[in-house]
Amino acid sequence: MKYVDEFRDGTLARKLADAIAREADPARNYAFMEFCGGHTHAISRYGVTDLLPANVRMIHGPGCPVCVLPIGRIDMAIRLALSHPDVTICTYGDCLRVPASDGLSLLKAKARGADIRMVYSAADALALAQKMPEREVVFFAIGFETTTPPTALVLSQAQALGLANFSVLCNHVLTPSAILTILESPEVRELGTVPLDGFIGPAHVSTIIGSRPYAFFAEEYRKPVVIAGFEPLDVMQAIRMLIRQVNDGRAEVENEFTRAVSEEGNLKAQGLVSEVFELRRSFEWRGLREVPYSALKIRAPFAAWDAEAKFGLEFVSVPDNRACECGAILRGVKTPIDCKLFGTVCTPENPMGSCMVSSEGACAAHYNYGRFRDIPVVAGTAS
Amino acid sequence: MSLAGTIKKGYVRPLDLKHGRVDMGHGAGGRAMAQLISELFAAAFANEHLDRGDDAAVLPAPAPGERLVVATDAHVVSPLFFPGGDIGCLSVHGTINDLAVMGARPLYLAASFILEEGFPLANLARIVQSMAHASREAGVPVVTGDTKVVEQGKGDGAFITTTGVGALPHGRDIGGANARAGDAILVSGTLGDHGMAIMAQRESLAFDSEIASDTAALHGLVAAMLDAVPAIRVLRDPTRGGLATTLNEIATQSSVGMELDEAAIPVQPQVAAACELLGLDPLYVANEGKLIAICAQEDAERLLAAMRAHPLGERAAHIGTVTADPNAFVQIRTSFGGRRMVDWLSGEQLPRIC
Ligand code: SF4
Repeated sequence: MKYVDEFRDGTLARKLADAIAREADPARNYAFMEFCGGHTHAISRYGVTDLLPANVRMIHGPGCPVCVLPIGRIDMAIRLALSHPDVTICTYGDCLRVPASDGLSLLKAKARGADIRMVYSAADALALAQKMPEREVVFFAIGFETTTPPTALVLSQAQALGLANFSVLCNHVLTPSAILTILESPEVRELGTVPLDGFIGPAHVSTIIGSRPYAFFAEEYRKPVVIAGFEPLDVMQAIRMLIRQVNDGRAEVENEFTRAVSEEGNLKAQGLVSEVFELRRSFEWRGLREVPYSALKIRAPFAAWDAEAKFGLEFVSVPDNRACECGAILRGVKTPIDCKLFGTVCTPENPMGSCMVSSEGACAAHYNYGRFRDIPVVAGTAS
Repeated sequence: MSLAGTIKKGYVRPLDLKHGRVDMGHGAGGRAMAQLISELFAAAFANEHLDRGDDAAVLPAPAPGERLVVATDAHVVSPLFFPGGDIGCLSVHGTINDLAVMGARPLYLAASFILEEGFPLANLARIVQSMAHASREAGVPVVTGDTKVVEQGKGDGAFITTTGVGALPHGRDIGGANARAGDAILVSGTLGDHGMAIMAQRESLAFDSEIASDTAALHGLVAAMLDAVPAIRVLRDPTRGGLATTLNEIATQSSVGMELDEAAIPVQPQVAAACELLGLDPLYVANEGKLIAICAQEDAERLLAAMRAHPLGERAAHIGTVTADPNAFVQIRTSFGGRRMVDWLSGEQLPRIC
């Protein structure tokens, strides 16, 4: 763990915290959005907020692929599995618990007899299809740009192998369009109503797409972007870089994560992805509704491995609870405790909206890690 | 299963423990079952109570001034064999530990087996030998038992339920409701070893260094601890749900909060690395040979020394303090310098994708 520990060093963290406190201008407020769930996780898990001055606020963005997956897409997988006894659905572990319609989830559908299995990679799903030629193996693919190349790879492998019993139910989404949607929302556009002073850019996504796609936000919206790794020290360093940009009146794309991210990203992976996928005209995001050109679908030459085409699956939109404030939370307009349902009707066991679904969502992170801050503790340590 | 015709009258062909398989006859109450019991179970567990071969064991009453304690535990672990142990020793240790953390002296075990038709007798023999070894080592005999066979596809190889009986001295009061603000929270060693050993095996993840389960019987350690500090308030073995869940249980039972120090919590580096890889938190991962102890702050040093002097407590650590908090929140000071909650686990802990 040597490699990891040095990015979690408490002494270094305190030094950085002091530097941030020195550089943050007490006369103003700073609000930064970390787009990615990985950063949300690091911030909550290591208590990074405690190391920031009160005038530096972090807003949790929509960057958790599980959180933004609309219910209707999970329903598609569940309906498929329950109606076709010969179908095996494979997916990543954290998709399994996401609540879907009719009180079901993939995990509950499994208890009803559907063949649903957890895999660690797209390649595992492909291997399973090869091992069980008598079954139809469907890989329920989700994720941002990071997990897209492995899905593209198995699709091209399945084609090369002529593997007839394998297909992919594709739910891959794109980071830049989601950021754009947030920036385009009326509250954020109208200067001053929602303070969004900059973004921490996703690390893993950027290893694939590079830092260039963010240049647009920096220029067009005058928002600084710092791409950062997922370790808590990375996050703190990025916050410091953002504060400096704001203080200097700059809006640039900076890269804190040079140990893995380049400007162009991974061109080979990008090539593979564009060979297999094309843009969807529109895709529903949980919490953000329909977002144009924000997701990928499988290209026609791969239709035989596209579960949507193969099984004629239809997407039916399922609204979140009306009182759910996810959309506003994702845009930084509200915080979890502004939602009437938080912690009462909506809990990690029974999430109502996207922010509560995976532990990386804004509401779940606050519920699991930060709830104690809302309730004054009557007495400290008695002795 | 009829043996007539295949063997000479009066002779019984011994069980083929190498190649044989469990079949429905082994649970049907006839000769095959009798043979399985006598050649495998009775031979492995041999003791004066079991050897009588009756339907129930007749046991002496506990000493005057002692009370009876009973615990039962069903084991459905998959895989059945894992680095550091198997379902057999696990089923012995688990129940002994449930008794031990009450401060009881474990006396006897009862075991029931649910076997799946087709299960290799060689595997069953391995499991039974391991159980017998664990029970002998712990000095807690299996005095009665039962075996059932279910059709193929209706079980997962082998399920084992064990019930334990122990004796609790009068006046000893150890329980989850006894924690008080200001108390010290101790653990007996590194966390997450068992759960990660199972997970690594189940997902055939290849790690540089093998992670072995910590499965062990803790009554010896508990006895040494009680000798040093008779007034221990809470003992609990953090099995499923790990340290985090167990502390939340105790906090709720006692209506207190807890404050942990992340830097003080012992986790083996290979377990931490494996958790990191799978997106799991070692605080929520299962243990089978560890315990949590809560005692008055002034007893903490003495208790810690007693734990460290025992082979199963060598890496014992003082990891936090009980606080006055009617919300029963368990909080942790991260080694990074921040603070967060360590909440109940929601659902099963599943790996993250990115
Ligand atoms: S608490 Fe639940 S319902 Fe409210 S905003 Fe968060 S996820 Fe939506």
